[in-house]
Amino acid sequence: MDLRYSDADEKFRKELRAWLEDTVPGHGTPPPYSDWDARRTYDTGWQRKLFDAGYAGINWPKEYGGRDASLTEQLVYYEEIARAKAPYIGVNFVGMLHGGPTVITEGTDAQKSAHIPRILKGEEVWCQGFSEPVAGSDLAALQCRADLDGDHYVVTGHKIWTSFAQCADFCELLVRTDPNVAKHGGISWLIMPMDLDGIDIRPLPTLMGEGEFSEVFLESVRIPVANRVGAENDGWRVTNVTLRFERGTAFASEMYHLQEILAGMVDLAKRLTRDDANAWEDRTLRREVGHLAAQLDALWAMVKLSVSETAKTGMPGVGGSAIKLFYSGVYQQIGELGMRLLGRAALSREDLDDLPCQQSIGRAMQSLSLTIAAGTSQIQRNIIGERILGLPKDQKPAAAAAPKPQATGAR
Amino acid sequence: MDFRVTEDQEALREGLRTFCDGRVPIETLRELEQKPELDRALWGELAEMGVFALRLPEDEGGVGLGMSDAAIAFIELGRRLVPGPLVWSQLAAGLVDGAATGQTVVGGLDLISHPDAPYVIEYFESLDVVLLLQPDGIYRVDPDVLSAKPVATPLDPLTPVHHVASLLDGQRIGGADDAAKLHLEGATLTAALMLGIAESTQELATEYAKSREQFGRAIAGFQTIKHILADMFVRQEVARAAVYAAGATLDDPEVGDVVRAVSAAKATAGEGAMRNSRDCIQVHGGMGYTWEVPAHYYLKRTWVLENVFGTVGYHEERIADLLASD
Repeated sequence: MDLRYSDADEKFRKELRAWLEDTVPGHGTPPPYSDWDARRTYDTGWQRKLFDAGYAGINWPKEYGGRDASLTEQLVYYEEIARAKAPYIGVNFVGMLHGGPTVITEGTDAQKSAHIPRILKGEEVWCQGFSEPVAGSDLAALQCRADLDGDHYVVTGHKIWTSFAQCADFCELLVRTDPNVAKHGGISWLIMPMDLDGIDIRPLPTLMGEGEFSEVFLESVRIPVANRVGAENDGWRVTNVTLRFERGTAFASEMYHLQEILAGMVDLAKRLTRDDANAWEDRTLRREVGHLAAQLDALWAMVKLSVSETAKTGMPGVGGSAIKLFYSGVYQQIGELGMRLLGRAALSREDLDDLPCQQSIGRAMQSLSLTIAAGTSQIQRNIIGERILGLPKDQKPAAAAAPKPQATGAR
Repeated sequence: MDFRVTEDQEALREGLRTFCDGRVPIETLRELEQKPELDRALWGELAEMGVFALRLPEDEGGVGLGMSDAAIAFIELGRRLVPGPLVWSQLAAGLVDGAATGQTVVGGLDLISHPDAPYVIEYFESLDVVLLLQPDGIYRVDPDVLSAKPVATPLDPLTPVHHVASLLDGQRIGGADDAAKLHLEGATLTAALMLGIAESTQELATEYAKSREQFGRAIAGFQTIKHILADMFVRQEVARAAVYAAGATLDDPEVGDVVRAVSAAKATAGEGAMRNSRDCIQVHGGMGYTWEVPAHYYLKRTWVLENVFGTVGYHEERIADLLASD
């Protein structure tokens, strides 16, 4: 039960910290959310700097250009990235955390050499085409249809929640290649170039009115069979490789960053007046802040425990569900606390009287997505209940039937 | 950094779990109900297992282990609701002769985080020594000189208590720093006991939900029940991480802020034990509200442990003060 980082870890921290201190200020401030071209330039520019300094693909194997850092070095990395307020992974998210690792694990040599170095250098941006209007938590119910025509699949369907679609070069796409077998059995995993004919991207504004994600309509899009990753109809297994990456340490930096957000709220409370007194004198508020800080400390200790276990066993286990469930809930409580600190200033999304309205409201609203995206909290509870506690499944045979093929993806 | 439980700690855990399974099954606990005196034979066996001497240096007759090891041991004792002033007696090893060997049974009052009357002392009838933890130091008091009345109906049927009308100073055996250190260690050991309760209530509820059938199926298959159990599991794991971190930080203070780590442990384990004990009763339905099912023991013990070495609220405020002074 040792929490002390090794000398090698601390040496790595020192070098990384020095590099971040030199590099972060020069990278400028993030562009507005709506400016996709600028966001791509900003995020991929940062990725390139990471690459040139040897910090890209911290968890990627060396033979694919990654750093192959030990898991404890990765923790140090996430701590330092958060501490330095370095740019978020941004548009590189899908390529670095989903598509890239999946191609590395399941792709052909040609697919690897075509994509892996470019993703790592920030030259190639990916998006994710998994969810559909009919396939959310029940992802395997997806209907996007792919018919074989010579050496191409002809793909027609409707994808949703596609982040970065506007600026992506490729899409990791799940399609139904066999509608006549049980639903998990007829799915394939394709790499779809985003410049093909028949792709229609329609932004779907979030509840903040921002174009974070889009709907993507596919009408007879011809994708080469050579772009399939894994065997035909084996896409569900390939997908699970990807999803397991998502439940690992992907959010470690954001978790660590919450500590600073909470500290910022303490500073804010100290300069606020409530009921003719300093807001920080309110014992209820102090206890709430203490409660959240205790939970954040416990969360980070959970990550350390999980990382220590993963270091010995290989891939992250289902315990990641507990971390994700807890993290998303704590994040939302912090978001809500920020709103309550604002009081009536929360009626304005623009900063008033030096109060961080824009940031606090943005955080509170954005936090609502965390208990929905990447497996809702309800799905996480099912996973914990069924896979860890061994409770009986809720439903079996009816849900296993293959969905009816969809005639067209257009509305 | 390898935060996992070590092989030696696994062995310690297994040893105590086997001991508790054989020596303190739930039937034994029922027999102890409302008995004012401590089972001295059990106390001696716990001492032989090293429960009290665990952290005492080997050249003083101890086992020479650290707080993280002690936490592992106390999680097991908490799981089985092992009765007795376990925390005080372990804290007293090295301070009070005979505490480490179980010959002297030591209890106490934490007046640092619970300074106000009424003063209620657990297991008073069986105590050879009472320690008073004050902000300015540790005081040793002879129980015979305290005027204490037994409480006929204690909340926890396994934790007899006395009401003490007024306190005496006693003999000062440690300064303010010693008292603060003991308070941190006591909070950590108590948090470990509470983590044990959070674990065992989750397991009890899970086991019951798998076997209890309604509407023609096990209730564990209903998502309403499944999600309660999943939340219980998460609370237990959150508390585990915090308790381990408190132990590891006390053993190696350079890895973090000791006060903050301990407060996070007592706060999260306190919440885990309290909410899991309640949920355990809820999952048991009507039977959970009876004396027959042991679920009530856990909730009652949780209230005992919540009120020593700082409540959840006390520790939350302590963390907030640390944050504000940064």
